[in-house]
Parts: sequence; structure tokens; C-alpha cells
Amino acid sequence: MKLTRLIPAFAVAAALTLTACGSGSDEATPELDPTKLTIYSAQHKNLVDAWVKGFEADTGIKVQVRQGKDASMGNQLVAEGAKTPADVFLTENSPAITVVQDAGLLAPVDKATLDQVAPAYRPSSGEWVGIAARSTVLIYNPSKITEAELPGSMLDLAKPEWKGRWGGAPTGADFQAIVSGMLEATGEAETKAWLQGLKDNAKIYQNNIATMKAVNAGEVPVGIMYHYYWYRDQALTKESSANTKLHYFKGEDVGAFVSVSGGGVLKASDRGADAQKFLGWITGPKGQEVLATSKSMEYAVGQGVASDPALPALDSLEAPKIDPFTLDGPKVISLMTEVGIL
Amino acid sequence: MPLSTRTRHRPGALTPVATIAVIVATVCVLPLGVILAAALDAGASEALAQLLRPRVGELLRNTTALVVVTTTASVVLGVGTAWLVERTALPGARWWRIALVAPLAVPAFVNAYAWVSLRPSLTGLAGAALITTLSYTPFVFLPVAALLRGLDSAWEDSARSLGLGPWRTFWRVVVPQVRPAVLGGALLVALHLLAEFGVLALIRFPTFTTAILDQYEAAFDTTGGAVLSLALLGLTAIVLTGDHVLRSRRTHARLGAGVRRRPQPARLGRWRGPAVAGLTAYVLLALGVPAYSLAHWLGRGGASILSGDLVAALWSTLWLALAAGAITTLAALPVAVLVQRRPGRLTQVIERVTYLASSLPGVVIALALVTLAVRWIGPLYQTPALLLLAYVILFIPRSMVSIRAALAHAPDGLLDAARSLGAGPWGTGRRVLLPIILPGLLSGFALVFLATCVELTATLLLAPTGTTTLATGFWAASDSLDYAAAAPYAVAMILLSAPLTWLIMTRNSEDPT
Repeated sequence: MKLTRLIPAFAVAAALTLTACGSGSDEATPELDPTKLTIYSAQHKNLVDAWVKGFEADTGIKVQVRQGKDASMGNQLVAEGAKTPADVFLTENSPAITVVQDAGLLAPVDKATLDQVAPAYRPSSGEWVGIAARSTVLIYNPSKITEAELPGSMLDLAKPEWKGRWGGAPTGADFQAIVSGMLEATGEAETKAWLQGLKDNAKIYQNNIATMKAVNAGEVPVGIMYHYYWYRDQALTKESSANTKLHYFKGEDVGAFVSVSGGGVLKASDRGADAQKFLGWITGPKGQEVLATSKSMEYAVGQGVASDPALPALDSLEAPKIDPFTLDGPKVISLMTEVGIL
Repeated sequence: MPLSTRTRHRPGALTPVATIAVIVATVCVLPLGVILAAALDAGASEALAQLLRPRVGELLRNTTALVVVTTTASVVLGVGTAWLVERTALPGARWWRIALVAPLAVPAFVNAYAWVSLRPSLTGLAGAALITTLSYTPFVFLPVAALLRGLDSAWEDSARSLGLGPWRTFWRVVVPQVRPAVLGGALLVALHLLAEFGVLALIRFPTFTTAILDQYEAAFDTTGGAVLSLALLGLTAIVLTGDHVLRSRRTHARLGAGVRRRPQPARLGRWRGPAVAGLTAYVLLALGVPAYSLAHWLGRGGASILSGDLVAALWSTLWLALAAGAITTLAALPVAVLVQRRPGRLTQVIERVTYLASSLPGVVIALALVTLAVRWIGPLYQTPALLLLAYVILFIPRSMVSIRAALAHAPDGLLDAARSLGAGPWGTGRRVLLPIILPGLLSGFALVFLATCVELTATLLLAPTGTTTLATGFWAASDSLDYAAAAPYAVAMILLSAPLTWLIMTRNSEDPT
């Protein structure tokens, strides 16, 4: 009797176990439920959870959320194409949703929904709509640098005198959105030169929070990030921002860029009406009110809805006027790859 | 029946086992093919342009520097501490033996978190080398200590009697014998370094692995990511080849089991104080810092330690690890049987292939599976099946090694005897074979189970959305520098790893004679 002759029996057992495991997995991990409205979301989980809760209570429509990140989720939607289980896509920054739009995968947003949002925060295409906004800021540590020494423009940070003196998180979608605004405002050559300056000068952190903590700890005197991380920390323990202040570039500087978070309905969705309803709800008065009171500290973009009172008014930030529809995320990625940041 | 066995299995004829083994090996090597195809998808010239850009040179410098510095440091520390513990009159050797293996229970990325959360300025090559050395030195210490303990001192005595001094005896007699163990440990360290993501992301020292993750986050499935993966594969191949070349240069044989003579422990004399101080410092850095840091952050977390999220993550982790352990054991069994029973060229290829695939960094395997699922077999992306497949490919050798060791105790003759006494194939399998190899199956299962519990890189890429494991839950918190929230996940992972480490420790302190 050779041992090897017993193996087919083992193989059958193996196959059975595999099958059992395969079916067991459906129960143990939250698979997508086809009866629910499916949101692919790269937005902050707390905010989306609050929206979903309010929407479900109001409409009775059940929602499930897949949490991800801007670029990888946008590209995942492109890869999934018409087979995607997603009905709605929510992003942190507009370049990720533009990628999906350019692939022809978004359905036009209902006009009533578009009209709820201030014109500056919806793209000319009308294929998606702004759901929230965030501003670029310079965070600085007054014990390391005086206000008078701060750069006049974000472009200055590429100059040699800033070598080793500023921090940022260029591998993240937030920073890449800021650069895509710069690309739109200044063109490819200048943006590439600035990115080279970033590569030479900046200390690279993994995300905005790490940048904020580094400035707070005095590792670098200044950093580039989004405003809401600072306001959130200030509203809570101030553990990561007590030693820092914010500086707004204003004057339509590339560093005054306001990034629009986008929401869109997938063409492939078989629940298009519910999906439109969801988008209408989160951009409507109730949804924007949830945003303003959620302590997420992101800006509301609905017509006539005030943001959290701790924030300076959005229209006082003198952001550069850029159509969010034109922002070219993939170009920024390839420029960053050429320069050697990615 | 015994007479016919030779002819029934002619070499070249594929038995069912061999067929299954070939399938398993093919699946294991799949990621290599996928990465190559993805890299060349945009054309060879584009791939070459991506490969020759300055960033790749920078990553190559970083990765190589880290591998050289940490591997050297681990070998020096590992061999030095092993020698102190096994061959000198070190006070408390029994306890040092345990303390020097214990860092294995702390995943390297948890160690990095422990350091960085206390000293955020710890970055770059120095920080990365410090932490990886502290975490990986047991890989060298373990085999070298075991070997030193089993060495027959008769050779050394002969060398001494022929006029060599103690140092020259050590270099000319002991070192060559220890070499395979050192090389094995060094290989393990180097392969772990090439695959390391968590430590280097926290320390902010970019290598190929972190850059591949950055590419994935920024642009998903790109030529750039595939080309970086290929470069990393090239480095892996260089390390494996280097190991092979160094290993095959000389061999040392000791004929006959005989009775080993235990060496006389070297007296440390005035070096005793410094040796104990050095060991104490090393153990404090490797164990004391993580322990202090975790206690500190747990204290800061207060009542939020046992959150529902933690419990959910624990369940997902246990479930995935159980499934990965079971499937990997079942996949490893036919391969192990084939390798053990039917040595031959095909068998050798199959064995090499499964080992090669698992020495690929987890990020490469995961990226290949993402590419495969998204481009070619749509519905599998972000399903548990794909993640489990990655675990099987990554961890199959752990299971195979255990099963092969167990199979060695089940000779064909024994099974033939069972059959001749009237047992059918099922009865023989259940009543004779299974009891013999069960310990091997279980220990292989345990190894895979524990490896899965603390796997980070592949899980980050492949986990079904909504599924958080202990490792990814820890990562989400520590990546946003919420150190207090990360601590309970870290402690849970250490508690899960502790039993296996304990097993290794007790085995390590057993007397081999």
C-alpha cells in the first residue's frame, strides 16, 4: 500500500473544506447585500455614517457603505466598469471622481440636486456634485518661525531657502488634489518644477495628521495640509496642535486652493432613483446640516447652509477660481512619478 | 503487492497526488506571471523607462542599505548572544535564552510603533535599521544557538591539542560548522526586510515595498507598481541566489550519531560584567521599550480599551486565520507527500516553486492578485477567497515543513502492513497514517494560523471592505498617529503570538542530546 494512493481521498476532503470555507465566508464577512443601496465612499467614515443614519430614518431606504480611499477606489470603479455593484460614489477630493466621470461611468445628477449646491462647488459637466469642501492651509509653529517669515505664496516653498523647513504628505490624495489645482492654475512646467522643489526641500509625512504632529512637535517649522484636521484637534484635546497656528494664503494663491468633495451616481446602478435621492438628501438642507454639526469641520456647500461656527467663512478664503471638473489627478500622479516622489 | 510497487509508479506518470501538487505549485507561482504581464502591459519600452527612473535608484539604495546594515547587525548580535548563552559560563543562561527569543512575539510593526510613539524623530536608515535589527535578531539567534548547543566539542579539543589557540580554534573549527545556521538566519532576515512594510512606513524610510503601496494608493493598478514589484523580485532573486552560492561552497559532515562531548563553557573572566551589561541593554531595547510603550498607551486609552471594534476585529482575524490554517494545511499535504515519497526532478521543481513564491514579499503577491482579480477574473476582488489565496501562497512552506517532518515517521512499510492485515485505504489512512502525522498537521496549522493573525501588507490590499483584522485595525489607528487607540490591537496580537513563541522558547531550551 502506497501512501500516495490515499491522496485522492484527501483531495476530496480538501475540496469539501474549501467549499465549506467559501460559503462560510459569506456569513462571517459583510458581503454586499443586493437589496440595499450601495455607497462606495472615500469620505471620512464618521461623516458618511451620520449621513446614512439620517437618510435611512427619513426615507426608509437601506444603505450599505464600502469604505476606501480616493484614488484606489476611483480606479477600482473604472476597473469594475459596468459590473460594479456600486450605486453612489463619494470622494474626499474631486480628482478621484473626475477619473470615474472621464471613463463615462457617471449618470447626470438631478437638476434639483445641482441647484441645491452653490455654483462654485459643482462641476460644469453636471455629472457629479460637491458634497463638502476643505481648504488648503499652512500650519506653523510660532516658536520656530515668526508670522513675518512665513512664505507669501505656496510656490515659495520650492525655493532653496525652504530646504528641510517644511513638511507635507504628497503620497496622499489630499495633497495630490492641491497639486492638481496648481497644475490647472500654473501649467505643467511650473508644477513639475515646484514638485522637484518639494522633493528637494520637504520632509515627507504619511498623511495630514503626521504633518500636523510634526509641526506641533517642532520637527519642521511649517507644513501644508487641509484645515479641518487642525480644527478637529482644537475642538477636542489639542494634543496634536496646541503649539501651532494656521496661515491662509488667500489672494487666489495656489495655496488657497479649496478642494471639493464629490458625489455621483453610477450609470450602471440598477437603483438609479434611490441613488439620486441619496445624493439629493446629503446635499440638501438636512444633509448639509448634519455635515455642519458633525464636528467633521469640513465646509458645507449647500446654498444658504452655514458651516461650523469655528471656521472662517468659506467665501472669505479668496480661493483661486478653478472648475473642479478640469482637475487632472492622473497627470499629477505621473508628474510625481517623473519627479520621483512616488 | 510489494514487488509491484516500483513498476506501478513509473517516473513520468502523474499520480493523482502529483497532479494536485502541480496545481498547488502553479497557483503559487501565478503571482510572478501576473506581475510580469502587468509590467509589460504598456509595452517593454514603457516598462524600461519606469525601471530606469531616478526614483528606482533611490529605492534600490535605501533597500540595499537596509538589507546590508540590518542583516550584518543581526548576524553579529545573533551569533554573539548565542555564543554567550551557549558556550560561556554566563550567569542565568537559561533566562537569557528565553529573553533572546521573546522578541519574536512582538510583530516588527508593533515594535516600530512602540518606538516611534515615544520618539517621533526616529526616522531614516538609522531608525529603520535599529528597529528591524531588534525584531529580527532572533531569526539568527535561534538556529545558531541550537547548533552551538549540539556541537561535538571533540573537534575543538583536537584543534586545541594540535596547537591552535582558543580564538583560532573558534574561527577555524566552530565558525565553519555554524555557517549553515548563520546563513539560514541571515537569509530569513534579508527576506523579511525586503517584504517589510509596516516598520518602514512608520519610520518613514521608503523602500520598494512602501513605494509599491504608495503607487497602489495613488493610482491603484499601474505599470509603475508592477515595475517596482519586478525590481523587488530581482532583489529577492539575488538574495536567494547569494544564499545558494554561499551555502553550496563547503559542507561539513559528522559521521555516525555517536556521543557528543559537551564543551567546557568558556570562562568570561573580566568580560563577565560587560557581557551581562550588553545583554541587559539589548533585552531592554528589544523587550523593555515595547512593553513600556504599550503599557503607557494602554493607560492613556483608559476605558475605551475593549471596544466593539476590537472584538469584531478579533473575530475576523480568528476566522481568517482558522480558514487560512485549514486550507493551507490541505494544500500543503499533497505537495509534502510527493516531496517526501517521490523524490525526482518534477518533485524538486514543485518544492522549489512553492518555496520561491512564499519568499516573495506579501505586497507583490497581493498586488498580483489584485491585478488578476480586477483585470481578468472580475468578481473575486475584495472577497475573502482572494485574501485566503494570498495567505496560502505566503505561508504554505510553514505547513509543508511540519508535515514533511511528520511523514518521515510514517514509512510505507507500516502502511503496507496495515493493508495486509485487512484495513482498506480509508481505514489505513484514518487509523494508521492520520494518528502519526496529526501532530505535524496541527503544528503546521498553528504556524500558518499565527502568521495570518499578524499579517499586515497583503491584508491591507486584499481585505474585503468592511473587514478589519487586528493588524489592519492597528494600522488604521497608528497610521493616523492615534497611538492610544492602536495599543489594544497590538496587545491582542502579542497575546495571540505568545503561545507559539513560548513553544519555540521551551523547545529551544531543551537539551538536544
